[in-house]
Amino acid sequence: MSLLDISNLSLSIGALPILRDVTLSIAAGEILAVTGESGSGKSMTAFSVMRLLPQAAKIQGAIYLEDEDLCALSEVEMCQRRGRDIGMVFQEPMTALNPVMTIGAQVMETILLHTDTSAADAQAEAARVLTRVGLPPERFPMDRYPHELSGGQRQRVVIAMAIALRPKLLIADEPTTALDVTTQAQILDLLRDLVREYGMGLMIITHDLAVVADLADRIVVMRKGEVVERGPTLSVLTHQRHPYTRMLFEASAHKVTLPAAPEAPAPLLEVRNAVRDYTTPRKGWLGKPGRFRAVNNVSFTLHKGERLGLVGESGCGKSTLTRAILGLEELQGGELLLNGQPLSQQRSPAQRQAMQVVFQDPYGSFNPRHRVERLVTEPFHLSPDAPTGRARQELVGQVLEDVGLSAADAQKYPHQFSGGQRQRIAIARALITRPELIIFDEAVSALDVSVRARTLDLIADLCTAYGLTYLFISHDLSVVREVCDRVLVMQKGEIVEQGPVEKVFTAPKHAYTQTLLAAAPVLPDITPTEPLEAPA
Amino acid sequence: MNRSLFLGGLLSGIMLLLAIVSFVWTPFDHAVMNIPDKLQTPNGTHLLGTDHFGRDILSMVMVGARTSLAVALLAVGIGIGLGVPLGLAAAATRGSWLDEVIMRGNDLVFAFPSLVIAILITAVFGPSAINAIIAIGIFNIPVFARVARGGSLSLWAREFILAARVAGKSRARISAEHILPNIANLLIVQGTIQFSLGILAEAGLSYVGLGAQPPTPSWGRMLAEAQTLVSLAPHLAIVPGCAIIVTVVGLNLLGDGLRDRFDPRLMEGRA
Repeated sequence: MSLLDISNLSLSIGALPILRDVTLSIAAGEILAVTGESGSGKSMTAFSVMRLLPQAAKIQGAIYLEDEDLCALSEVEMCQRRGRDIGMVFQEPMTALNPVMTIGAQVMETILLHTDTSAADAQAEAARVLTRVGLPPERFPMDRYPHELSGGQRQRVVIAMAIALRPKLLIADEPTTALDVTTQAQILDLLRDLVREYGMGLMIITHDLAVVADLADRIVVMRKGEVVERGPTLSVLTHQRHPYTRMLFEASAHKVTLPAAPEAPAPLLEVRNAVRDYTTPRKGWLGKPGRFRAVNNVSFTLHKGERLGLVGESGCGKSTLTRAILGLEELQGGELLLNGQPLSQQRSPAQRQAMQVVFQDPYGSFNPRHRVERLVTEPFHLSPDAPTGRARQELVGQVLEDVGLSAADAQKYPHQFSGGQRQRIAIARALITRPELIIFDEAVSALDVSVRARTLDLIADLCTAYGLTYLFISHDLSVVREVCDRVLVMQKGEIVEQGPVEKVFTAPKHAYTQTLLAAAPVLPDITPTEPLEAPA
Repeated sequence: MNRSLFLGGLLSGIMLLLAIVSFVWTPFDHAVMNIPDKLQTPNGTHLLGTDHFGRDILSMVMVGARTSLAVALLAVGIGIGLGVPLGLAAAATRGSWLDEVIMRGNDLVFAFPSLVIAILITAVFGPSAINAIIAIGIFNIPVFARVARGGSLSLWAREFILAARVAGKSRARISAEHILPNIANLLIVQGTIQFSLGILAEAGLSYVGLGAQPPTPSWGRMLAEAQTLVSLAPHLAIVPGCAIIVTVVGLNLLGDGLRDRFDPRLMEGRA
């Protein structure tokens, strides 16, 4: 008898089918990973179990928690189950916590809601639970507010809320996606320990196959609302029976071939002793504002034709450095040289056109009210030699075709494209002035693995076609390893290690680089042993 | 289309139609007195009756609609015309002295009771429709400045704004080209609400005799004149009162409906 049994679950929202015949089960003490790309229905499966669905949702099938059909329960009865029998951990710990409640009160809330304990007992219990998740009240008083904690600590509070009543089933929806790699490793360890200790069932939803391989006992692979493959982790990894599973694994470990780096390096961008300070709020009415050094004495050189990676965790100063290079923020010290010429914040159109950027969020990168043609030609602003009329249209068509779209797409609006296509438009916008340097700021981090693989291919192709020089900023070490020749590792505003990627990744010298590499979940190097079978 | 948008549009549309028609046609000349016909209750000839000078009330309400809508519209125009650029400038220079000056100036205007100051302005510069427009308009400026600034601030953090900055566009250019179209929906909704408040303010000023001057009819003054005769001829007060209610309710419903329609959470799906 398994703990959770979902059989033939179908879900539609309005006329739109979301899930079709989903069947899966979790035993007590087992970790089941549900994986797939966006739109596969993995989160909706979890929300169906909790019945946290939109009003228009219609559900069919059965969801048994032990011997009780959750689908047959009323909303009031469901409320009693949530939090007590089923706990849930969300992706974004900042939005999952109420910013005006202390962490202790939030953990107590779950306890008080479902049991008859007194406030004092609930507080003692909350302290125990917080201690268990690694936030002992001696070091993290329970009257702290969420904003006083780091991302990983907040996620621990969310976990404490979910496990406070020792639920039979814990659902974790992308619990580490918003966290840094070192924090991710700690949170995953915590979840694993809790499952073993409490004998809970854990349903973890994640798009990251490396996390899955590391953590799960069994895997369910979903695509477009259907389960395409299921089985014990090792078996799924080694056999990869369904072509979609195989495609996912191949895309996750995608290799690209870059053209060779230039032989004789000529410096293109030089950053010398860059310093950027921020003022922090003054302490009290008469206190002096403090200073926070985001970028501390950073120097590096980017050569023509070179692909340079920049890795580091959130808050290490890599975004600030990027903005300073782009001239969006002033440096308090040091200098920037492009082709030996000093760059200030005030730049000529030519200097601006020499440097373009691709941002992370394919949805936020475009003004939703402009057509692609206007979006893509924005870098020509103020340029004296910008093409006009027919030449401009042809150039837009050309650059759109270079990034794998069609010239006809120039007349469309951004919302008519998928996330991956929008990122191609962003790359087209960066390419149109034929810049000497492109900065990719987490440019593939928000994309699904298969889309990411194709985008990386595109970048590699463009390296040949356009002779690109780029600075590739990412928290994802495996991607940097693929598309860069050299890498800089940044920690707390300083560059702690730099060198050719192979050297840094195989023999890291600095302790921080070693920690980063050790914490990153790695996809086991397994080649499928069985020939492809037709999916059942 | 949702219900409040439909109903609000319908009510406001009727009033707008009455105002427009009054330019070319009214049942009677609103300014011509006809003492023998005074204080008639609604009947076949005078659909809404006549006042104590024998003037046709329907004609006066129609021309009064013109006055009310024109004053409120121009007052909103002043608010948008001055307030939005100020708000955009404050957002574009967030944290600078300009931002502080603009926003603290707004706070200053907000600190005064608006109708009392409007009365002061019209009392000092003489009662007229123009002065009423200016007095009401001044208090619309900080409202629009705040809405524009609030809406812009979140946009300034978006990546497409960063991309425009990388392209070398100035802050003023970005404000006009990227920010303004994306906060237009907020401004339209706020404009509708301020419009209805403007109608009320105009009626209030006219009521105390500081709005449009006779013989230009105005709803507020019709109410004031009906005051002494209310027990004798209640329709004198009821008709302009209802006109004010219908317009204000209509505009508020329209504002609500537009807000639902422009809800940013629904934008992505519909866009």
